Amino acid sequence: MVDPSAESLQRTPLYALHRDLGAKLVPFAGYEMPVQYPAGILAEHLHTRSKAGLFDVSHMGQLRLRGAGAAAALETLCPGDIQALGRLRQRYTLFTNERGGILDDLMVTNAGDHLFVVVNAGCKANDIAHLRRHLEPGVTVEMLAEHALLALQGPQAVSVIARLAPALTTMKFMSAAAVMLDGAPCFVTRSGYTGEDGFEISVPAERAERLAKRLLAEPEVAPIGLGARDSLRLEAGLCLYGHDIDETTTVIEADLAWAYHKRRRVEGGFPGAAILQRQLAAGAPRKRVGILPDGRAPAREHTPIIAGGRQIGEITSGGFGPTIGGPVAMGYVAVKSAAPGNAVSLVVRGTERPACIVKLPFHTPRYYRGT
Amino acid sequence: MADIRFSKDHEWVRRDGDLAVIGITDYAQSQLGDVVYVELPEIGRKVEQGGDAAVVESVKAASEVYAPVSGEVVAVNELLSGEPGRVNADAMGEGWFFKLKLSDPNQLAALMDEAAYKKFIEGLS
Repeated sequence: MVDPSAESLQRTPLYALHRDLGAKLVPFAGYEMPVQYPAGILAEHLHTRSKAGLFDVSHMGQLRLRGAGAAAALETLCPGDIQALGRLRQRYTLFTNERGGILDDLMVTNAGDHLFVVVNAGCKANDIAHLRRHLEPGVTVEMLAEHALLALQGPQAVSVIARLAPALTTMKFMSAAAVMLDGAPCFVTRSGYTGEDGFEISVPAERAERLAKRLLAEPEVAPIGLGARDSLRLEAGLCLYGHDIDETTTVIEADLAWAYHKRRRVEGGFPGAAILQRQLAAGAPRKRVGILPDGRAPAREHTPIIAGGRQIGEITSGGFGPTIGGPVAMGYVAVKSAAPGNAVSLVVRGTERPACIVKLPFHTPRYYRGT
Repeated sequence: MADIRFSKDHEWVRRDGDLAVIGITDYAQSQLGDVVYVELPEIGRKVEQGGDAAVVESVKAASEVYAPVSGEVVAVNELLSGEPGRVNADAMGEGWFFKLKLSDPNQLAALMDEAAYKKFIEGLS
């Protein structure tokens, strides 16, 4: 069980706190990260759905893009309308390759004098190289290595944050604010990866533990590990890079056309634009869908999906959904079999088991979009 | 509790005449985390020592459960299909998996006793 790479793993500014909280630490994307705390994944998942969970996501890459025309420059690498992003507004987008495949998915915020970008931990080195290769010298790419990233998620996240910064209660989903939290200068977005209302908080590394402890001291808040983060995002129908989306899945196949904005569809001007335009018009050969297995046996990643005696695709994320109380999955199927309600079979341990194509998400998000 | 034996794969066996009750150890359940699904063998199936006998799934992953001794499956714990969490709550008791009619009771003697198993898991952490 000894991981030979353990010595080279990086630690987040909250490493000591995770140890103190009794976390089970595992290697993830080059970091030693908490997969769960003593409460366990099920309890942590349900806690986040009913109260508020605090996640350490400091392993993710936080970047600042500076320079006149940074938004236009970023658009040469992604299908999103970044220039239309108002001040302190945030958007989900994707870095594409020449085949319309996905190099990474990311969040972009117009922070006024720069773009604040959050990318996946496992992709951040490649992303930075990609950005520098294509955007410099007109745009500078700065990595915020000295910042932690905390996510406070759940229906009671807003009442918790209100005790630290009342002004944040009225900010809407996918917007941002620079505020002081417990004396620390933070950049907060109302977003997350759980399907719940919540906040992601970029905080200077040296203030991160203090802020985390301050939040954990609130009665609604419990620490939540990466295990529950994964089951929460799966129920919310959100993609995990390297599993549900990668360089071989196009933006259209991944059913992410909502992030391919109108002006960009007309103008193109990013890698793979021609392919995505064609797939939008004529359809893609396969599509990412929700899959609900009958019975209680979870169907894991790479489980073959069968219809009419033939394999039509495979599961890309699958497991147990604690809120659903049973197995949930997503994967790719041939587009003619992708309609919700279609019956399919899943081959689990050599046995075909019935399942149904369903509309995503499994758990309807409860984002705050204003009153 | 005297006649409980343990395998290196973290199964326990409690002999009951020519039958053996089998489950996963408390250490195993604590390492797996929340158990959400248990797939049990069919009654009448013959299992070989060290061969696949059942599957236990936590939120994160599926793990094989091996037969610590050879024999024929004569009973399974139906309770686990509706309440797999019993494995976490009482791994060595209500969370048992299946019962075998032993084909070679001598296999039990080669397994670890409680003291040896305790030492074995201490060596793992």
